Amino acid sequence: MADTHKPVSPPTPEAPNPDTDAYAHEAELEAHLQTKRMYVNMGPSHPATHGTVRLKVELEGENIAEIDCEIGFLHRGFQKSCENVTWTQCLPYTDRLNYVSAMMNNFGFLNAVEKLIGLEIPERAQYIRVIGSELHRIHDHLTCVGATGMELGGFAPFLFAVEARELIMDRVAELTGARLTTNFGRIGGMNRDLPEGWSEKVIKTLDKVMELVNEVDGLLSRNRIFVDRTKDTGIITAADAIDYGWTGPCLRACGIDYDIRKAKPYWVYDRMDFDVPVGEKGDNYDRYLMRIEEMKQSDRIIRQALKQIPAGPIILDDWRIALPPKPEVYGTIEGVISHFKLVMEGVQVPAGEVYDATEAANGELGWYMVSDGSGRPYKVHVRAPGYPILSAVPHIIKGKLLADLIPTFDTINMIGGEVEQ
Amino acid sequence: MDRVTAQFPEAVAERYLDRTGGAWAVIHAEHLPKVAAFLKDELDFKLFTSIDAVDRLHLAENDPRFEVVYFIYSLSRHEHVRLKVRVSEARPELPSITPVFRGADWWERFVWDFYGIRFSGHPDLRRVLLYEEFQGHPLRKDYALRDRQPLIPERPIKDIFRGPGTSGVS
Repeated sequence: MADTHKPVSPPTPEAPNPDTDAYAHEAELEAHLQTKRMYVNMGPSHPATHGTVRLKVELEGENIAEIDCEIGFLHRGFQKSCENVTWTQCLPYTDRLNYVSAMMNNFGFLNAVEKLIGLEIPERAQYIRVIGSELHRIHDHLTCVGATGMELGGFAPFLFAVEARELIMDRVAELTGARLTTNFGRIGGMNRDLPEGWSEKVIKTLDKVMELVNEVDGLLSRNRIFVDRTKDTGIITAADAIDYGWTGPCLRACGIDYDIRKAKPYWVYDRMDFDVPVGEKGDNYDRYLMRIEEMKQSDRIIRQALKQIPAGPIILDDWRIALPPKPEVYGTIEGVISHFKLVMEGVQVPAGEVYDATEAANGELGWYMVSDGSGRPYKVHVRAPGYPILSAVPHIIKGKLLADLIPTFDTINMIGGEVEQ
Repeated sequence: MDRVTAQFPEAVAERYLDRTGGAWAVIHAEHLPKVAAFLKDELDFKLFTSIDAVDRLHLAENDPRFEVVYFIYSLSRHEHVRLKVRVSEARPELPSITPVFRGADWWERFVWDFYGIRFSGHPDLRRVLLYEEFQGHPLRKDYALRDRQPLIPERPIKDIFRGPGTSGVS
């Protein structure tokens, strides 16, 4: 009887195609594994790549042999747009740089402009800026942590994070009138004061938000799958991270204690009592833990700020910088003229240049500005924290597994808007 | 900054303080890699922050036309250092400092992309935010605000307001 395991006539391709069936003539069990390199495009619309990033990956088996990162062409011309509007009209554009922590971009920009003019804003405005920034820091980290959990297979943490975000957004909407792009600051102070009873509401919201953060923490931090996929993956050494220009929680995860709020306190951060968490290894798990811990510290800061906040004006009483109150505009000629000049010509920023940085959710948000003495900026350069961090991804991930790319890309928290400007 | 001047007296063209108290040094282009390496290795300015350029076309003082600015930070002393290099329009080329700071890689590509300033010795000088087929360098002041170069033809939509302001329209 014929051997049933052997085909009577083995298939012999007439002209083997080297790309697909190079080993077709060999018996199936003895065939080599495909050793050819494979090219994979991740993005521009992959569920795990944020924004329009395209990662061109060259795979050898499951290892990444070569990787090139293309940021994508979302470029909106942020600088060019700013150069053609007045200083105040730049504010809505800055909101859209990092759209999950709009207030921090907003206030960072204002801080640089005020430094260029040489202004000291009222104390109450400084407190409001601290509160707004820290609220949005929690908001940003929640997005990052929730998305990391979800992309590694845990949907529940993401839902908790979104619920907490929703609560924060409600408070932000009460404060600014908008949920996402707040446009809240003004040169010389704030747009408006805290609403009636808002502080008590924020305290209650924070209680609930922290409960949810602890829930996320409990679900992820000791989860076997999550820990296995994030621990010891995406490691960067402290020296490399500094060389690439990393800042923020990603740099602190490598063990470098650098936080602008402590190094060069601005606004009233020097009156706040908070700790800066520092990691050890610089892997994905450390970066995740930094964010969890920073949310708890931000919670502390907001509670202190709400307790300390003094009464007083929220914007400078200088009609060359801030719009005059409406009764003055309607009743006096000086008011009308100031209003007209501010709206039509903008704030006259004296000629000069400045580089100023604040600690945004992802790191140092730097602004380099040149003014030629008119109401429009001559040049506005933004140093987005995500840009240098993203530039190091090929270095981190080369030679590692393709699966490690996902948690690495998540924990560096690249935001398309600011990287692509 | 005093130590840089002491070490390389021929490299520093000018020094000044801006109104916010930031110290600046204007460096001659050919000495840039040397000064950067000295700052990094000897003076502990290790954190590379950013690079950008200023097109001084409409400013009173506009010769040479471009200024490339470098921001480097010292983590041990919490100090920024600001360097400036002036580049002419006729020969927009600078030595790259990528061998010194790897973080300069993408920033130099950014400056090439938007201002058309070349960096000799850069390993991979390509456009970074715009596409390869793009003509010109859009952050130059003589690049018109409303110039459009779509890769795919745009649908004809009339009476749509595009872009900020109406001044500077070509």
